[in-house]
Amino acid sequence: MEHSVIVIGGGVSGMTAAGMLAQQGFNVTLLEKEAETGGHAARWDRLFPDRKKASEVLDFIRKGMSRVKVITGITVVNITRNDKEFTVVTRGQVADGGSQMADIPHPASCILLATGYELFEARKKEEYGYGIYNNVITSAELEDKFRSGSPILTSEGKPPARIGIVHCVGSRDEKVGNLYCSKVCCVTGVKQAIELKEMYPASEVFNFYMDLRMFDRHFEELYYEAQQKWGVSFIRGRLSECAENPDGSIIVKTEDTLTGKPLKMTVDLLVLLTGFVPGRGMASISAMLGLTTGADGFTNSADSHTLNNSTEIPGIFLAGAVKGPVSISESIADARAAAIQIEVYLNSDKPGND
Amino acid sequence: MIKFNLFVLPFSFGLIYIVYSIISHYYKWIKALPAVDKVKLVTGLRTPSKILASLKEIFLESLIHRKLWKRNPLLGYMHMSFALGWFLLIVVGNLESRIYHGAYINAPYYPIFLKFFIHDRLVLFFEIFSVPAFFRFIMDFLLLFVLSGLVLAFIKRKKSRWFGMKTTTNHNLFDKVALTCLWLIFPLRLMAESYTAGYFNGGGGFLTQNLGHLLVLITPGPAVMIAYFFWWSYSLALGLFFIMMPYSRYMHIPSELLLIVFRHCGIQPRRWGSVFSDLEAHSCSRCGVCIDACQLNFAAGISDIQAVYLIRGQRDQYITEHIALTCMLCGRCQEACPVGIKIDSLRLIKRREIGSGQITDFSYLTQNHPGFADVVYFAGCMTHLTPSIHIAMEGIMKEAGINYLFADRNGSICCGRPLMLAGKDKQASELIEFNKTLIRQTRAKLLVTSCPICYKVFREEYNLPIRIQHHSQFILELVREGKIALQSQHRKVVYHDPCDLARGGGVYDAPRALLSKISDLIPSEKECADALCCGGSLGLMNASVQEKDMVTRNALESLLANKPDILATACPLCKKTFSKQSETEVRDIAELVYDAIPARVLLLK
Amino acid sequence: MIDFGYTLTRDRQFDYDRGDLRYYRLVRSLEPSIDLCIGCGSCSATCSAAQFTNLNIRKLHTVIRRGDTTSIKAGLRKCMFCGKCQLVCPRGVNLRNLILALNRAIEQLG
Repeated sequence: MEHSVIVIGGGVSGMTAAGMLAQQGFNVTLLEKEAETGGHAARWDRLFPDRKKASEVLDFIRKGMSRVKVITGITVVNITRNDKEFTVVTRGQVADGGSQMADIPHPASCILLATGYELFEARKKEEYGYGIYNNVITSAELEDKFRSGSPILTSEGKPPARIGIVHCVGSRDEKVGNLYCSKVCCVTGVKQAIELKEMYPASEVFNFYMDLRMFDRHFEELYYEAQQKWGVSFIRGRLSECAENPDGSIIVKTEDTLTGKPLKMTVDLLVLLTGFVPGRGMASISAMLGLTTGADGFTNSADSHTLNNSTEIPGIFLAGAVKGPVSISESIADARAAAIQIEVYLNSDKPGND
Repeated sequence: MIKFNLFVLPFSFGLIYIVYSIISHYYKWIKALPAVDKVKLVTGLRTPSKILASLKEIFLESLIHRKLWKRNPLLGYMHMSFALGWFLLIVVGNLESRIYHGAYINAPYYPIFLKFFIHDRLVLFFEIFSVPAFFRFIMDFLLLFVLSGLVLAFIKRKKSRWFGMKTTTNHNLFDKVALTCLWLIFPLRLMAESYTAGYFNGGGGFLTQNLGHLLVLITPGPAVMIAYFFWWSYSLALGLFFIMMPYSRYMHIPSELLLIVFRHCGIQPRRWGSVFSDLEAHSCSRCGVCIDACQLNFAAGISDIQAVYLIRGQRDQYITEHIALTCMLCGRCQEACPVGIKIDSLRLIKRREIGSGQITDFSYLTQNHPGFADVVYFAGCMTHLTPSIHIAMEGIMKEAGINYLFADRNGSICCGRPLMLAGKDKQASELIEFNKTLIRQTRAKLLVTSCPICYKVFREEYNLPIRIQHHSQFILELVREGKIALQSQHRKVVYHDPCDLARGGGVYDAPRALLSKISDLIPSEKECADALCCGGSLGLMNASVQEKDMVTRNALESLLANKPDILATACPLCKKTFSKQSETEVRDIAELVYDAIPARVLLLK
Repeated sequence: MIDFGYTLTRDRQFDYDRGDLRYYRLVRSLEPSIDLCIGCGSCSATCSAAQFTNLNIRKLHTVIRRGDTTSIKAGLRKCMFCGKCQLVCPRGVNLRNLILALNRAIEQLG
């Protein structure tokens, strides 16, 4: 009998692990709640540090998924465990049933949770004016604009002469209940600064940061390039609040901590680098399975060094951003590690094996 | 026929002591009143309506404890039985003793120990319906009344939850001893009267006589000696209680009476502390209801700083900074206090004593003429961190065609109340003068603010000859005058009463009336004067972020229990505090009104 | 380096070994959250008084941690105590109480 694996979550890590496991001969079903797979990466234009297109990465991953059974547009309503087998019950629309919903059980020998993350709701940081002022957008919305290919304009229809990029929105912030760092937004801010400068070489781009977390290879060089080649200005100061001018431009208020004086300036466009928050769907899945989360709300693995893809429950594995903020390249590596762990687990279960 | 026995001496000395103590306290307090207040007192005492009002309140609150009944019937009954029961025992006892004594003046101890001296039998049939028998019945009934309360008080020690109180006061040793004396008085009286009635086979009522017979039957030894022992104990308990009273919590009994009279004569607490505050401190019975009302206690587990401890510290001349500074000044304890002590005023007086020494220098404030307008809109410091509120307000005022001036559009000089909450009134007055000049220069007739903290200080400290409104009142008036039309969005909304607007400003109805026009207003568990504080208080100096979060979470659980679509507030600080943890949308009333303007409704669709 | 009791040239650097850390220690005992500050500057950015004066609350309390106590007396007088700084701090530093503690330090230590 073939061992079956269910992967919950069709983003980068879910698809990578599913593809790899299918190639190794396992019977893999991938469950995705949205209408299409790809997760958040499907929304990005170009990735740091080398600026390759996100679609290239997704195409590469999808190529390895020919043997995976993909089911989209469903939610997981129940997971039960019976000795060494699991049953995942999904709820989705019946094929031509209109609005009728049906519950379908899927048996599995093990489950990989690759449910990913959500982006911080920038409206919660009301003082930055997202949802109130038209020229305040999030970094994800900026990526949408880059992908669309059309030039980026302010709400008045003009190219922005000065753009502000705000780091740490919704992360490292006790006031919204997220004390942790979302890791990848700093390098995203630097990347987007460069991309904006490429689009509008005559514009001024200012990054407002508390720290610059250039944690991986080539990141620090990207920062160097932003300053040296593109003239991006970095102001060390966290925005306290924004206001709007009658013409729609945004006045930002910060302290230029490196000179020790308060600073205000008008920008035509303000980009908020929103961080990671735990996916809401994981709360019910954690409850069903008895998984633990950390104080930051992300799911805990059995050990962060040595068993980072396993949980306390045999047969339940984790990969990707469900455990916390992570970059795409790390996600892919993590998913492959999870796939190997799952293969080892399933092979040790085969009859005749000690 | 004056009777006397040695055992009445402890009681008599105690009585002389307490009477002397009360008179000297009263004298000291009245003498120390500022001249203005003395005039008020004298005038009040000459006004029959004020005297009547004082007597009515004394009857309803000091004896019946009406406020406590409303809080919890068991609690009310328990306190009433002690107060009213003991009072009636004294009064009726005095009347009873007159039957036997005949003269108008008898020794004070005589009615108290009447049954020791008088124990005749009433056996003939018609005597059962005689006046003495009637009195014996009443006295026994009253004794039973008091004893029932005593039993409840005992149960309250063990099962305070039945009385609606999860936490009760942590008394100091002295109070515990005084309490023990008090609790012993009536059981000892019962024993003494019963044994005497049993031994003499007469003199008791339905309770004491029958109990007496039983006791004499089952107790070995000479009943008359046992009775004498109990009379001595009764007298000692009384005497000891009286001597301890001026230094214990029970000083509230005489103090409260004078406090009620002072209040009805119009005497108020003063900013820098006064006789009135000292009298209030003595009027606190340490009942512990304030602890139970305090959110720092039941939501965050902080139970050493409540009003009872503040007041005790004040009376004992030992107040720590920690107690003075750890308080949200939300007013819930003040609302719950059965004596009506102005606890927030006391807390602020303490803060002024601690913190007023800071030197401030506001000479950097410069004045430009703000311009003229009919209405001055002062958003408040906090509103700049919740910009959707002032944006909505400007939208509403433009829609209604109001000639307004946004006074703090580019940032404000603080209204001054945060400084006052830290006890720095002198320093705040400079900011207040600056703002007053600004407002006067606009020649506006109306000052509207979005922040209840500013609203409270404008009304209480600014002394400006113009109308002051919170934006909910202002908008409601605009609607009633037909200056704007609104479309109800029919979403389920729960309204949160901000502390400084509701309890602190008396504004309960305007926000609700306004919300009813634009949404489906549903009730929450604790509303109006009982509303919970959001936890974001600027008055709370000394608590950690985690403790404040606990208060917020507890308040949210209560507010969101009926599952509204939106949680509506009228304060930018409340909005910010709730938004941090609420899954439900939190919006200010102004925003909801702005979204209900028909033109906007179309736009938002 | 041996200290001969005089210097040839005055410098402006923080001499941490010679700094006066008593202020910091007293303030920290009254308000331990001072240790949480990451120097992001939100507090000074939103400060009501900072628009008009050189009050810089972030700088003020950072500098006493380095042992320099000359600047706090002048700066602290300008605080209006409005509380906006505390409301924006991402680390949850209890800034209003911190300012009270700084005042206490000035009162006690001169």
